Amino acid sequence: MTTSDWMDLLLAILGGAIRVGTPFLFVSLGECLTEKSGRINLGLEGVLVFSAMAGFGGAYLSNSAWVGVLVAGACGALLALLHGLLCSLPRVSDIATGIALMLLGSGLAFYFGKPLIQPQAPQIPSLVLGAWSSSPQVQSALSINALFPLGVLLAGVMAWGFGNTRWGLVVRMAGDSSDAARALGYSVNGVRIAATTAGGFIAGLGGASLSLYYPGSWNEGLSSGQGLIAVALVIFARWSPWRCLGAALLFGGAGAIGPALQSIGVSGGYYLFNAVPYALTLAILIATCSPSRAVKGAPMELNVSR
Amino acid sequence: MSAAPRPWHASAENIALPVLALAGALLLFGLFVWLGGHSPVEAWTLLFKGAFGDAFSWQNSLQRAAPLMLTALAVALPARAGLVVIGGEGALVVGALACASVPYVFAPPANAFGSALLMLAAAIGGGLWVVLAGALRQWRGVNETISSLLLGYIAIALFKHIVEGPLRDPASLNKPSTKPLAEGLRIGPIMGADGFDSWLGDVHWGLVIGLVLCLLAGLWLSFTAHGMALRVVGGNAKAARLVGLPSTRLILVACAAGGGCAGLAGGIEVAAVQTSANASVIAGLGYTGILVAFVARQNPWAIPPVALLFGGFGAAGSLLQRRMDLPDASVLVLQGFAFVLILASEALRGKLFQRPPLPRLRRVPKPPTAAPVAASTVVPLPTRGADETPAPLVSAGGKA
Repeated sequence: MTTSDWMDLLLAILGGAIRVGTPFLFVSLGECLTEKSGRINLGLEGVLVFSAMAGFGGAYLSNSAWVGVLVAGACGALLALLHGLLCSLPRVSDIATGIALMLLGSGLAFYFGKPLIQPQAPQIPSLVLGAWSSSPQVQSALSINALFPLGVLLAGVMAWGFGNTRWGLVVRMAGDSSDAARALGYSVNGVRIAATTAGGFIAGLGGASLSLYYPGSWNEGLSSGQGLIAVALVIFARWSPWRCLGAALLFGGAGAIGPALQSIGVSGGYYLFNAVPYALTLAILIATCSPSRAVKGAPMELNVSR
Repeated sequence: MSAAPRPWHASAENIALPVLALAGALLLFGLFVWLGGHSPVEAWTLLFKGAFGDAFSWQNSLQRAAPLMLTALAVALPARAGLVVIGGEGALVVGALACASVPYVFAPPANAFGSALLMLAAAIGGGLWVVLAGALRQWRGVNETISSLLLGYIAIALFKHIVEGPLRDPASLNKPSTKPLAEGLRIGPIMGADGFDSWLGDVHWGLVIGLVLCLLAGLWLSFTAHGMALRVVGGNAKAARLVGLPSTRLILVACAAGGGCAGLAGGIEVAAVQTSANASVIAGLGYTGILVAFVARQNPWAIPPVALLFGGFGAAGSLLQRRMDLPDASVLVLQGFAFVLILASEALRGKLFQRPPLPRLRRVPKPPTAAPVAASTVVPLPTRGADETPAPLVSAGGKA
């Protein structure tokens, strides 16, 4: 490969990091909010698939991508609300409920999504930031999903909100010490249901990004575990919204390696390159977790990282 | 006073709660198709016709139940040791690959012994895959639910890479596959080659393997010291540590046994159904197995009937599709409803066979000094003991 080939590859991966990383960003922010309140929602994988389908359907029927985005968020919130309510019942574990939602979410998505596999829906617009360059590679790398800046903003708002607002403190208190929250008169279950639902809405935006921007269509293999990776990313990001952003970009880049190599003509090991994000997630979990202590920054009531 | 739950309460609830949850799921499914403008009664009728209506649908259901029993064991055995492992799909795929790749390494004798070697390879492959998730949890503290699912995706990618690459049979044009297994290595129907007209039809030996392994797993957990130690580790890790049980070793054994079962399911799919490893092996059997294990409350003896039921629903799926024009995912929706309700039903535990409600409050007798009885002396009855009993299997998120 020549130097220019390498440059193209690098640019394709950088552009792909944002393109592929946007759903990771939203799902991990949603999971971050949920976990801060003391519950883990493994069902965000189901939420992602279901909201991707719903967003696509909404955009297709209303002929507006932004209506689709809202529908995706609302459907994600609805499914997450079910998780929140179920987990509030006595003796119902959040991990098991998450697995159930994973199955239910994809089942519902495949059921309703059957007629949506063929049609085209209006897409979320791109922000073209690369007009200054004459290179088509640079231009394509800097043509950014309009949801991405929204996600960055959201990460900032969440990071600030957790530290500086009443609601942020209440959510963190429910996650760190349910006794303290109860003593101050807050309903722990109520806070957690609210946080899970809001997290589902945010994750739903990631679903919209999948079906309405990249890859930009609906099919049954659309997510294939991206929601789960995002859940694992939150552990790696040690429950900080800003680090979720970094982790999402890193994983977007890893996911973009396969398509980027293909675009310059390397086609061997297609499946292996597609598996890179999963292997990377596992490697990062192995490096981050420890058998003897909880991961630094983990909400105390959470049992995912122990 | 509310009495402590009598022993039959617990065992009656173990059956009544799943039955109620499944009935609820069927009701919800009826409502769901009704909202879509279909007749719920027709859907229910077709579900049971397609599953258990005639000899052919029975054969289809039994055929599908065989791998579900094994993938359910892959969830249930680690669950009894306190782990929520959902890597059955990955272990199944690895098992299928291991089984199909043995003939590439050496030529096994084309007889029952050769088949057994293939099955052994499948079980070892699947077992190692799930042990990996267990080991990462024990030694690195990695959440086993997440890691086992990630390993599943990695397994599928490896499978596709190898089946479409190094091990691809050049003769498989449209559907990349490995070389088909030699005739003598395949697993045949129970009734023999010409038993096609018998009631079992062409149901293969995988069904017997599944039944026997469920039976053995139940015996192991209930009647051996080793199995009991495993249940102690799963029920109360602190107690297990105090009495000096080798928790890590027991957990890894449970993972190996469970993963081995799922791997075997993959091997059987190859040797009895597909005759070679190809993408048809990846059919979500591992995911349905999770549901079967949860409905069976992680009890190996309860797995076969539950697997038969869900195998039957799977068999009925195509009938729903043909006759009512429902999407093929309708069975997945039914499964999702069943999973949600089976978890929710745990909240009813201890309340199902309660006596008529007793007065919740009782007045403390007046003290002899005849002091005025303040409102604070009204004390609630102690809550019933059954409500506090932890259910380690379903609320298995708790770890030591």
